[in-house]
Amino acid sequence: MKNLTLPLLTALGLAISTAATAATSDEAAVKRGEYLARAGDCMACHTAKGGKPYAGGLGLETPIGAVYATNITPDHAHGIGDYTLEDFDKAVRHGIRKDGSTLYPAMPYPSYAKVTDQDLADLYAYFMNGVQPVAEANRDSDIPWPMSMRWPLAFWRWTFAPEVATDAGSTPDPQLERGRYLVNGLGHCGSCHTPRGIGMQEKSLSDSDGEHFLAGGAPLEGWVAKNLRGDAHDGLGSWSTEELAQFLKTGRTERTAVFGSMTDVIQHSMQHLTDADRLAIASYLKSLPAANPQAATAKATASNTTQQLSNMDVSTPGARTYIDNCMACHRSDGRGYAEVFPALGGNPVLNGKEPASLIHIVLAGGYLPGNQHAPTGYGMPGFAWRLSDQEVAEVVSFIRAGWGNSGAAVSASDVAAQRKALGSH
Amino acid sequence: MAVKKPETDVVIVGLGWVGSIMAAELTEAGLNVVALERGPDQDTPTDANYPKVIDELAYTIRGKLFQDLSKETVTIRHNAAGVALPYRQQGTFLLGNGVGGAGFHWNGLSWRPLASDLKLRSHYTERYGSKFIPEGMTIQDHGVSFEELEPFFTRFEEVAGVSGKAGNIKGRLIEGGNKFEGARSKEYPLPPLKKVYGEQLFDKAARSLGYSTFSIPAGNASAPYTNPYGVRLGPCNFCGFCENYGCYMYSKASPQTTILPVLRQRRNFEMRTLAHVTKVNLDSSGKQATGVTYIDARGNEVEQPARLVILSAFQLHNVRLLLLSKIGKPYDPHTGEGVVGRNYAYQMLGSVTVQLPKGTYLNPFIGTGAGGTAIDNYNGDNFDHSGLGFLGGANIGHHRTGGRPIGQTAVAKGEPNWGKGWKGAVTDNYQRSMNLYTQGSVMSYRDTYLDLDPTYKDAFGQPLLRVTFNWHDNDIRMSQYVTNKAAEIAVAMNPSSYTVNAKKIGTPYDTRFYQSTHTTGGAIMGSDPKTSVVNRYLQCWDVPNVFVIGASAFPQNIGYNPTGLVGALAYWSANAIRERYLKNPGRPLVEV
Repeated sequence: MKNLTLPLLTALGLAISTAATAATSDEAAVKRGEYLARAGDCMACHTAKGGKPYAGGLGLETPIGAVYATNITPDHAHGIGDYTLEDFDKAVRHGIRKDGSTLYPAMPYPSYAKVTDQDLADLYAYFMNGVQPVAEANRDSDIPWPMSMRWPLAFWRWTFAPEVATDAGSTPDPQLERGRYLVNGLGHCGSCHTPRGIGMQEKSLSDSDGEHFLAGGAPLEGWVAKNLRGDAHDGLGSWSTEELAQFLKTGRTERTAVFGSMTDVIQHSMQHLTDADRLAIASYLKSLPAANPQAATAKATASNTTQQLSNMDVSTPGARTYIDNCMACHRSDGRGYAEVFPALGGNPVLNGKEPASLIHIVLAGGYLPGNQHAPTGYGMPGFAWRLSDQEVAEVVSFIRAGWGNSGAAVSASDVAAQRKALGSH
Repeated sequence: MAVKKPETDVVIVGLGWVGSIMAAELTEAGLNVVALERGPDQDTPTDANYPKVIDELAYTIRGKLFQDLSKETVTIRHNAAGVALPYRQQGTFLLGNGVGGAGFHWNGLSWRPLASDLKLRSHYTERYGSKFIPEGMTIQDHGVSFEELEPFFTRFEEVAGVSGKAGNIKGRLIEGGNKFEGARSKEYPLPPLKKVYGEQLFDKAARSLGYSTFSIPAGNASAPYTNPYGVRLGPCNFCGFCENYGCYMYSKASPQTTILPVLRQRRNFEMRTLAHVTKVNLDSSGKQATGVTYIDARGNEVEQPARLVILSAFQLHNVRLLLLSKIGKPYDPHTGEGVVGRNYAYQMLGSVTVQLPKGTYLNPFIGTGAGGTAIDNYNGDNFDHSGLGFLGGANIGHHRTGGRPIGQTAVAKGEPNWGKGWKGAVTDNYQRSMNLYTQGSVMSYRDTYLDLDPTYKDAFGQPLLRVTFNWHDNDIRMSQYVTNKAAEIAVAMNPSSYTVNAKKIGTPYDTRFYQSTHTTGGAIMGSDPKTSVVNRYLQCWDVPNVFVIGASAFPQNIGYNPTGLVGALAYWSANAIRERYLKNPGRPLVEV
């Protein structure tokens, strides 16, 4: 079962109709569509681990049962081979499948609603003519009745889904506009990075729509999607545009490394975009003001922690655990090594309200995979076998308070809960 | 009946340093490459996982990364009259296994040989006259010069991220580097590793005697480094768990940390592990290889046809595979004829154990695989051999690989080796004892060679390789001479005591104790098919679509670790294949 980033997790059965499709095969459109499918990261959900591209089958855990992404190859029996452009549009931008029922909003159609007609047509051309048809049957969800009934989803859609229209911003800067289009539309960044409301809807779908937009999600499967706004302590305030673009390209920068669900976003989607598009995305994200400008900024105590560790002063809880387990790579100054081992000091991802990601990595380890732009893969070992809940809580708290970080302390019960969820002992 | 796979352009046997270099170079040339590796796949996150990898018992004592000698080993004897017995316990040399080969568990010492090392016979003859080389010593020239190899030494060092300081750039001597080295085209890619305390003491003592010391070129990155393939290494943190271990810091140069990350992404590269190659297949003429046969993990025999065969296994395995495949004429020590198995050589190590005064804190747990300080005044022919009664030389230095709890807690001579007395002695000795080493050349001789054992077979029923080797007086005299020079440096360190450890004339080769994994020869390179197996491009004289690359090509051994030369020869050979062989495949690159 794969960790997936979408909060309302489910996959939708894009039903099959017998209507014939008049596919237009325009090579350029197929090529454009392929790029757009990368930008939309369709593969993330619609390809099972080790499975054929877009043949579905990826298991997504939800609180009410596992669901499986559908086959969106042009196979006539099991895929979307019989979809017309109109059917395709209805599913992608309107959230309505061919039989008229509503898709689970795990399909980010509220974001895809912003995709232009031209891009939609190109995507259609790609899925009809650029993807190998795979005769692989869709798998029913494990959601039990009555939650499995789809008709209430229509109410959700009427309430929360936006008009299908490209989101024209207030700025005439073409780079920012391009970034806005990719982030709010195909990129569907808000699916994870925007907090959800009472109906599990994203609280905001655009920068014009309040300070919740991309202000960071709730923990999902043990990972937290961070605040992407201009907040200095837990957002992107301290990041430069170029640093962000490099992160999207390679999954690593001088001081940080991708982890959790974002790893797949880099691998399947971002590494394949053009430099110009990554820069546009970065510029747009950097244009978002802080959600909470009054929040504490990093304290200037960086040298205290470094000094303490250099002196082997283990009087603070967690310091000894840090020295014995973490310091070999992340160092006493908490700076790690550029593009090798991420920094722990001055890394805003550690300061977020939710410590779930940090606990998760300490327990289970992580892997930064190599890609076409940065071939080296780096692993962080898991420590679940070695450290108790109390030790993990202490070391995570130590890190979240060290080198000027401003994250709150973590309790042993937080760790225990996550250990249980991960199934690691 | 063997399963027959579709033909590939290139099959590579053994995916260590050489296999990885050849695979990288030949896939870059657009060829489809299948690499067959006898052992399992292994990588940093899975097989060098911190802190589990810091386990001396599992890795050094029980040899977790080494070849399983119960499945395949060699037999060893001292001379042609003796009966060879299987090498059943890890001792004298530690053979690697699995992806990365010994390159995954080595220390990272990345030397270049001296220019004279590569033309040894002509050099000695020119300098000392034709009678200088004694009867029975079969040393030869490599057939390739230092100048020709220079770009390929540089290439290997840039790929491996070697830390060091040049002593000679284009003929200009540089203070702080090794002034004896052949002229380099440029500085090392990374600055030297910091000197640990013992090195500082050695450095001071050696300089007080007028020697110019230098930092040993180390394949342990002194800083984060991105190599020409785009692969990034981490920095060495002096953890002291380098030799026999994978590197959790991604800092020790290995195929895993320098080449495989890009190779694994290439679509024209395929790696098959647990594939034990049993022979190279030849066509009916015996002059062209048609591929190789291997036994897969399920025990099935598989034939992999290929247009080009690269033997890049460890030195001993390369030679054995040639013998098993009946490629080249086996060497006959009685007539001196034949080539495969000829000129096997080893390495001659001596040392001086130095016990410094009480109150010295060496902190020996601060160690690196390859960081060290050395002098080369008594290496190769850097000193006048007239009247000394031997050829060759040794590198002298101090190199601290760590202070591990089992193997690196030696006690001074005469101290108890168990109980309370031992504990006290360890405590006393740990902080103040250090070794100066001498790593010396071993010449090749008519009576040291490799052939197939008539009695013992491996797990697949094939004859084991038989090593016939013993020390020769020449090399022991050399070691005594140079180790006594090292003792003079030890004295200059003002020690409480010191012990000189050099072999005595007549000491037999003892396989129980680790000495060096630097076995060489048996498929040597040269200019004459009567005295060499491969030509100067490492191409088989007899079967031109087979290349045999590694220390198996060294005509005799040098006073350095071999990997720098092995890496350079691989790039040199790959370059010849790319530039010339592929234009006329199946043809010899050197006509005779």
